[in-house]
Amino acid sequence: MIELKNISRKFADKYVVKNLNLKIKSGVFFGLLGPNGAGKTTTIRMMLTLLRPTGGKILIEGKDLKRNMIDYKRKLGLVAQHISLEKEMSARENLELHGRLHNLKKEKREKRIKELMDFVGLWKHRDKLIKQMSGGMKRRLMIARAIMHRPKILFMDEPTVGLDPASRRKIWDLLKDLNANGITIFMTTHYIEEAEILCEDIALMDEGEIIARGTPTELKSRVGRFVLEIFNNGKTEYKFFEKREKALDFANELGGNVMLRENTLEDVFIKLTDHGVGD
Amino acid sequence: MGIMPVIWQEWILFKRKFKTISAGALVSPLLYMLAFGLGLGKDLEVNGQPYLVFVIPGIIALTTMNTSYSSIAVLLNIHRIYDKTFEEFIISPLSMFNFTLGKVIAGALRGMYAGAIIIILSFLFGVNLNINIWFIILMFLNALIFAGVGFYAALIIDSHANMSRFSTFVITPMIFLCGTFFPVDNMPLIVKKFIYFLPLTHASQGLRSLARGDGFHWMNIFVMLTYLIVVFILGLREVYQVES
Repeated sequence: MIELKNISRKFADKYVVKNLNLKIKSGVFFGLLGPNGAGKTTTIRMMLTLLRPTGGKILIEGKDLKRNMIDYKRKLGLVAQHISLEKEMSARENLELHGRLHNLKKEKREKRIKELMDFVGLWKHRDKLIKQMSGGMKRRLMIARAIMHRPKILFMDEPTVGLDPASRRKIWDLLKDLNANGITIFMTTHYIEEAEILCEDIALMDEGEIIARGTPTELKSRVGRFVLEIFNNGKTEYKFFEKREKALDFANELGGNVMLRENTLEDVFIKLTDHGVGD
Repeated sequence: MGIMPVIWQEWILFKRKFKTISAGALVSPLLYMLAFGLGLGKDLEVNGQPYLVFVIPGIIALTTMNTSYSSIAVLLNIHRIYDKTFEEFIISPLSMFNFTLGKVIAGALRGMYAGAIIIILSFLFGVNLNINIWFIILMFLNALIFAGVGFYAALIIDSHANMSRFSTFVITPMIFLCGTFFPVDNMPLIVKKFIYFLPLTHASQGLRSLARGDGFHWMNIFVMLTYLIVVFILGLREVYQVES
């Protein structure tokens, strides 16, 4: 289990993360969502040892992260938002470097490289330089690299950003498979649909604090099941209703340009953060 | 594991860019040798020896400095700020000490490679240098210092433009001032005192003395070792700041 206890991070005089408390159970697919500037990346960077918290503690299985740093690093994997692969090296060499950094012996390393490149469908591209690969291929390679040393926790910061729908779905399947095999996944994403499909536990973050937490169904129950989109003077207003009939009555009274649909996780964000993800 | 993953990566990149690296290491020193050694210095003698013989140890010193510095500084800065591949090392179980040591040694080896090219060139130019183990040690020490400076600079400087400014204000003046192209004794006293504080002065003087077969001064080694320890500690301190 990972536990964040009163974690804060200040830049200049401003708290980007403020007294954050979060417990993530082993084996879950966890999603941290929120608008830009909510503090998601700062939180994930602190958990990755890439940023020092201004205050608070991070506990891994009850032990302070600072006291078990090397041991902790053996257990974590990262799929960063940016493509953090060495462009002048081939796909295979990038994996080999990772294996060497994690002290995997030659035989084991080579076996694992083959296994993982098959898993992400890149074996035939193993000798291609990174700069010659497509965005989707790089993302899949980053996933393969992140799990090469069999981490217990996989951090993913916007893992499918900039990918076409087919590549995203391919990656979703890989992630579902990994989670089914017991890896804890900690993901931040701007794609609400992605979180809704993949995550069983979601925290919504805004202005450095967690403002809601639960399963997608629990979070959706916080707003009405039916959403009426009212388009007026170039702006869309959202009204939430528990019952379809009430929503229809309201729409009939209003007339004009309206649309009725079932709620999504994105509606929860819009309602709770008041400005939506990505603003 | 130790420093080997870092060295291995640098080796792969070196092999891949072998031609570019070799050509890059060759161009400036060759120009210096042609312009200052053969062009300007054809009929010159310094301290009783042909100018070309005088200038080559200086060129070896400045080339090992320049190559060691830039092979680490530029790429590490890009890896840290732009493509973030630096993070792959920070979140790995590799200790920050081994990372620093690996990068500094890798940078120094690149500097040694460039220095070796100059030595070969100098033989082609008909200059016989007295190369012994102390010459190699001094060259390597010089390379380690400036790989360390490059490592430190890459970690504290936050833009590529400022990296270039750092090079303009710190590295370039040393190329010309530190007894590389002319004897430091020719300079005014106050400037001379300042120049004696700089590590490249001790590298070029030490290498020149060894190339002549005169041995070396322990003072050169002492000053260079002091610089090496200081830049290594500074680099290590910065890399520990990155890792929380």
